[in-house]
Amino acid sequence: MLPLFIIVPLCGAFLIPLLSRLWKGLADVVGNLVGAVLVGFAVYGVAALAGGSLPAVYAMGGWMPPVGIVLVYDSLTALVVLITNLVGFPALLFSTRYLDQYTGRWKYYSLFMLLLAGLNGVALSGDMFNMFVFIEIAAIASYALVAFGTRAEELESGFKYMVMGEVGSLLILLSVAMLYAHTSTLNMADMARVLQAGGLTPLSWFVLATMLVGFSIKMAMMPFHSWLPDAHLSAPAPVSAMLSGVFIKVLGVYAMSRVVFNVFGLTRSVAPQFFNLLVGLGLLSIIAASLLAINQKDYKRLLAYSTVSQVGYIVLGLGIGNYWAIVGALFHVLSHAVTKGLLFLASRSIERQTGTREIGNLGGLERNMPVTSWSYVLGSLSMSGVPPFAGFFSKLFIIVGAVEARMYWPAIVAGLFSVLTLGYLLKVINNVLFVNRDRNSSLVREAPAPILVALVMLTALALAFGLGFRPVLDWIVNPAAKVLTIPLTYAQMVLGG
Amino acid sequence: MSRGMTVIVQSVTRLVAGMLFLFGCYIVLHGHLTPGGGFAGGVLIAAAFILVSLAFGSVENVEQHRYTFSSVFESLGGLGFLAIGLAGYLAGHQFLSNLWPKVGEPLTLFSAGTIPLANIAIAMKVGAGLFAIFLALGASRFVMKD
Repeated sequence: MLPLFIIVPLCGAFLIPLLSRLWKGLADVVGNLVGAVLVGFAVYGVAALAGGSLPAVYAMGGWMPPVGIVLVYDSLTALVVLITNLVGFPALLFSTRYLDQYTGRWKYYSLFMLLLAGLNGVALSGDMFNMFVFIEIAAIASYALVAFGTRAEELESGFKYMVMGEVGSLLILLSVAMLYAHTSTLNMADMARVLQAGGLTPLSWFVLATMLVGFSIKMAMMPFHSWLPDAHLSAPAPVSAMLSGVFIKVLGVYAMSRVVFNVFGLTRSVAPQFFNLLVGLGLLSIIAASLLAINQKDYKRLLAYSTVSQVGYIVLGLGIGNYWAIVGALFHVLSHAVTKGLLFLASRSIERQTGTREIGNLGGLERNMPVTSWSYVLGSLSMSGVPPFAGFFSKLFIIVGAVEARMYWPAIVAGLFSVLTLGYLLKVINNVLFVNRDRNSSLVREAPAPILVALVMLTALALAFGLGFRPVLDWIVNPAAKVLTIPLTYAQMVLGG
Repeated sequence: MSRGMTVIVQSVTRLVAGMLFLFGCYIVLHGHLTPGGGFAGGVLIAAAFILVSLAFGSVENVEQHRYTFSSVFESLGGLGFLAIGLAGYLAGHQFLSNLWPKVGEPLTLFSAGTIPLANIAIAMKVGAGLFAIFLALGASRFVMKD
């Protein structure tokens, strides 16, 4: 059933343009159906993997690795596929009402399906070049989606995003080409074996450097982040939620950690310099992006900078590199995907009903829009790491990992700046939702039902991941962290022996 | 005022376009036996359409029809390829596995199992897709109205 994760959204992408010629509403129906089916698959996949009833390697066309192209479904892939589809479905549900302001509904859904197919493909691919192809599918779909409104500023930020994103993609392609020249294979597991046998040469470091820059652009890490605030501002809200919640994690964090840990087989003891670089970049993202976020007047831009700073936490966790820090990083991938998706959708719901994004023009919305407001509040609390939400546990594990590795300064910075996160999110909550009731006209109404269902769904997930953190850890995050902390099991699992 | 390019270009196009299209079909259909295949043949077929479109100019209605037609064909091509892949899957093998796994025999059109069918689907997808891109870039004021 592994290829179904890619086939189903691709079928959706090609069926939607045909079916919507018969009846316009079919685009909504097919899009949401595909989203729901994918959630079912992802949940089933996690359960089947825990039960051990799912073959983890799928050889396309019956050609066995290392010659043929394989799909690999291990615990890390399961986690990434789960967040992709758990955020994708509410985003699609949100789109049904959100798209009323645009024409060309079927184009939007078709592109969204391609985005989902690309993201699932990146997670599942066991082949270096196919991973690059899926990265491009997802990236190109997202360039078009960011510029979907086709007003001047949307086209500008879409173009800026495209140029920066393609620079990143080309660097990734360059490093894939160099790896292929070096190892004569494209299968990631086989490549890992060849690289292990040869040891780390200067070429490996050069490849790692180009990959790091390429993936840093994709995940909007601090020196390469400048496309992200503009892109999030101009994109339709469900696309912002997907970009911030899923896209940068799958294309950046997942792909990079797969290459660094499983293909190169790096651990902190083998390559401390590389991991220290990751810690440094992570801290830079946390500090600088938080400071930039505080002073934003536009609540969507504030959320975008907050994304950059939260990605810093994930990279910090990966850089610390011991078991608890990686558990924290992966847990943060999970919790940030859900909560940031929620915050983007909620803020767009506010913008849709009030018509403004300026914090200074809004106030006292809690009375008119209770569901949106409270989901925003709960999402903010989770984002800033207040117990018992999911964000608390992820940051706790990262800090525990840092203390265990005797890296006290990163631990202190991570703790302090999570308070700052609470600070800038409280600024929005306080000004927009609770005080300044005089700025609020009584004409503002609560958003329509599909939007509220999407918000409630994501809020429930953020709460469930926090309250039920033990099962989430046992079934999803711990096995995924084991894939990264014992790097060479991947090659063994795929090739056998 | 006449549309399109000069009479020289139009006459040559009349001669060449059909041959270009046929050559594209040849490349597609022999993709499993000789160099070439769905992508290369699809590009040639798209080139034939683009040549006609450039030489004879564009009218709004015609361009819109061409755009609709090519985007429908593109989707059908993609779906066709997926259907061929799924046929292997539903027959109990892996996704994209060949239903009649025979090697291609020289000069035999019907050999190599589902690979010629996959080539045709790819040619539809690539040819129609490229032509749709050309129309969207060159005649966007007509076709992007929706």
